Amino acid sequence: MKVLLVIVGMALVTYIPRLLPALFLDRFQFPAWFRKWLQSIPYAALGALIFPGVLLVEKDQPLLGLAGGLMAFLLSLLNLHITLVMAGSILIVILLQYFFF
Amino acid sequence: MESKPSNLEIKSSSQLVQGIQAGLPIFLGYFPIAIAFGTLAVQAQLSWTEAVLMSLIVFAGASQFVGVSMFLAGAGAAQIIATTFFLNLRHLIMSLAVNDQMRHFSGGWKGFLSFFITDETFALLTLGRGDHRSERRTPAYMAGLMITAYLGWVTGTAVGGLGAGFIPVEITTAMTVGLYGLFIGLLVPPARKSLNFGIIAVSSMILNWALGLFMDAGWAIVLATIFAAGLGIILIKEDV
Repeated sequence: MKVLLVIVGMALVTYIPRLLPALFLDRFQFPAWFRKWLQSIPYAALGALIFPGVLLVEKDQPLLGLAGGLMAFLLSLLNLHITLVMAGSILIVILLQYFFF
Repeated sequence: MESKPSNLEIKSSSQLVQGIQAGLPIFLGYFPIAIAFGTLAVQAQLSWTEAVLMSLIVFAGASQFVGVSMFLAGAGAAQIIATTFFLNLRHLIMSLAVNDQMRHFSGGWKGFLSFFITDETFALLTLGRGDHRSERRTPAYMAGLMITAYLGWVTGTAVGGLGAGFIPVEITTAMTVGLYGLFIGLLVPPARKSLNFGIIAVSSMILNWALGLFMDAGWAIVLATIFAAGLGIILIKEDV
């Protein structure tokens, strides 16, 4: 019972922040600066999600995450499909784990 | 004539298929990590049903791992729920950007689709390629993408909860790197086209790292995103 309460509580506090913008965003006409901020969010959020998190995928082996991240970076310079970028970063980490770590 | 589907229906079913295709990389990325989550949850003495229920109604990877670990460490309900809240607060910022694309949707669609906002669905919806925003962002497209991702997470949890520990930890690490690969692969092409977006992203990385030195990771990501996106107000010249 206690576990169930915790799960429902987690669900509520997770959904509410996701829902809030759906409730109020279109009620206002936002000024130009706010729209520029809004447009910049994906780039800022992805930057923050990537670094330094990518170094921590294996707590004791930051080089492992770094190698995967660099591989993804190089492959995305080639404009490959996103699935191939993901596959490349996964592959290099598996190979490094197998041979070195 | 009546048996023939209208143009609108054809359009929305092909939009659904396109959304599902776009969501497949996330499905593949989530599935093995969800197996690891299901395994951990069952090891932490949650029942299979509880583990699957958590993935069904919370649908937020990092916080679910943290929640189960805290449960295992004997933390109280309020503590776990508060931590979940702060860890997932970043979705508020992401939801602003996603809801900006859903302005023309009905309130019901917006409320429904907002549930499925994660780091990954947000990233694909805002930076995915071939992006003719107003054209492609239909409810059917978004639902296809988001529910595909959701199914990867839920089915992976169900599988992991059944056979504890049959995915080796090395594979989980490698697949986690795959999700970073998703973020990087989505960020690099637009950042190359516009130096400004690259500057915003790199500033956010540095800021997030610096903030992380003296606050927990959840807050650091939220603040770094808010402030680094603020650079856009100065850098972006044209009116959007």
